[in-house]
Amino acid sequence: MTDEARIAELEKQFDDYVEADNKAEPKDWMPEKYRKTLIRQISQHAHSEIIGMQPEGNWLTRAPSLKRKAILLAKVQDEAGHGLYLYSAAETLGRSRDQLEDDLHQGKAKYSSIFNYPTLTWADVGAIGWLVDSAAILNQIPLCRCSYGPYARAMIRICKEESFHQRQGYEIMLVLNRGTDAQKQMAQDALNRWWWPSVQMFGPPDEASPNSSHTMKWRIKRFSNDELRQRFIDQAVPQADVLGLKIPDPDLKWNDDRQAYDFGAPDWDEFFAVVKGKGPMNKARLDHKVRVWDDGGWAREAAMAHAEKESARRASQKSAA
Amino acid sequence: MKDSDKKQGKSVVNDDVLTYCLRLGDNAMVTSQRLSEWVRNSPTIELDIAFANIALDHVGQARMLYSYAGELEGKGRDEDSMAFLRDEREFGNVLLAELPNGDFAKSVLRLFFYSAWVLPLYEGLNQSNDERLAAIAGKAVLEVRYQLKHSAEWVVRLGDGTEESHKRISDALIELWQFVGELFEADEVENRLADAGIGVDPTSLKGAWDNTINDVFARANLTRPDDDWHLTGGRSGQHTEHMGYLLAEMQVLQRTYPGCEW
Ligand SMILES: [Fe+2]
Ligand SMILES: [Fe+2]
Repeated sequence: MTDEARIAELEKQFDDYVEADNKAEPKDWMPEKYRKTLIRQISQHAHSEIIGMQPEGNWLTRAPSLKRKAILLAKVQDEAGHGLYLYSAAETLGRSRDQLEDDLHQGKAKYSSIFNYPTLTWADVGAIGWLVDSAAILNQIPLCRCSYGPYARAMIRICKEESFHQRQGYEIMLVLNRGTDAQKQMAQDALNRWWWPSVQMFGPPDEASPNSSHTMKWRIKRFSNDELRQRFIDQAVPQADVLGLKIPDPDLKWNDDRQAYDFGAPDWDEFFAVVKGKGPMNKARLDHKVRVWDDGGWAREAAMAHAEKESARRASQKSAA
Repeated sequence: MKDSDKKQGKSVVNDDVLTYCLRLGDNAMVTSQRLSEWVRNSPTIELDIAFANIALDHVGQARMLYSYAGELEGKGRDEDSMAFLRDEREFGNVLLAELPNGDFAKSVLRLFFYSAWVLPLYEGLNQSNDERLAAIAGKAVLEVRYQLKHSAEWVVRLGDGTEESHKRISDALIELWQFVGELFEADEVENRLADAGIGVDPTSLKGAWDNTINDVFARANLTRPDDDWHLTGGRSGQHTEHMGYLLAEMQVLQRTYPGCEW
């Protein structure tokens, strides 16, 4: 058998194996394209967790009560932890964390575009928890059954924490909407600014994203962008009603035939512009990450130098003994 | 003793414990505030997590201490009133806690100095005649033990690591040393509480602190400055010029929207 024929056969076997909902593990043979697709997706996901620390971290020192401060600290800490699990999962596919982080710093890797918007008021922290964590959960729950074992297991752990974040964010909004007019306005303004970017978190419309058939077949993706988007909207509308907030979409209307909400089209030109770097915070987020990385270089070097000296000292003690 | 004397004695003790709780709470609060600033800004993601974690422990300590203070005072002030609605001159934290973070070396050394002091302090308070304080301290001891270990490890790494890291932490040492002496000062409040078996005599913490510092400095190739001149004022609410900005940031929402729930 030629090499090509052999690879084609292995690929066929692999495709059948994962299509039957079996898990691929790091040491298993896998098609190169599967590996690359996963490295890209998992590392983008990791970078999103890490960059996502910035907009929320922006309010850590200004949280309006000690309870909220504690919850926000725990949340940002969780997100950093998510980033680490995901980097570890990506590393099992053969790309090191240093390389992955370097890809981000070089501007070669993407992260979720939602974090290219600024957090201007305290209500933004609520809106992010409520909407952005909601959208993340909808995207991530199917990934708990993803065909790649380490990714699926990381997602199970992460999803549990995301649902806390979602509830806590919603609670911030709830308290604001029980409060003064100024607080209600703050909440409505945050919803107005975060709604459309959240709707766009599921990616472009199905007709404009031709690449998903492979990931569907490989059991990386299970639902289309539009299916998930619909779920998100159907879930968010009654929640907004309870809050007494108005979703900024004039076309939003219950459709009895579909048993789902009809909604207006997001501004996809804006979406693609932000993906390509023209959002309000793209430059600031990446510059921040790079600056922090560069500023911390001496400390990481010191830790390594100390570890090397220590092992040298231990070795010389041993040989002396 | 006459009944009225007893009553008066009790209220002096009550006021002293209140003052003491606020000081301890302010130390925790201000420390948490400075640590929070590191989250998303530190040299590694692991350190971001550690800073967030330690900051969170301190918020927890502040909440317990402030709540207790509010109950002792009996005027309906809760933990948030204590944190967000008191003015700079009412804060009783040590100056060391409020200094700006500076670079990672300075922050780590500050956390180490603080932890090496507050650990024996909470260990002592765990034996307090005041059960509530003893319980709060008991919980804090476990948290502070971790943060002492964490910060000591980094002091050793930086002191022993590279020429640059050694220089940075040596510079930090010179800058911070003048704020150490204040930790071991006692005033009347703390003396009375120590006599009553409620508080810990700050001067008694010096021995444990010296041992910790000497041990870690030996491993870190650091030498203690021999000048013991020091700045003071935190306990009586005379702070550095940095304190006002720290509070302005921390209190902004509560001050801008008075009387709201969050
Ligand atoms: Fe997350
Ligand atoms: Fe989250």
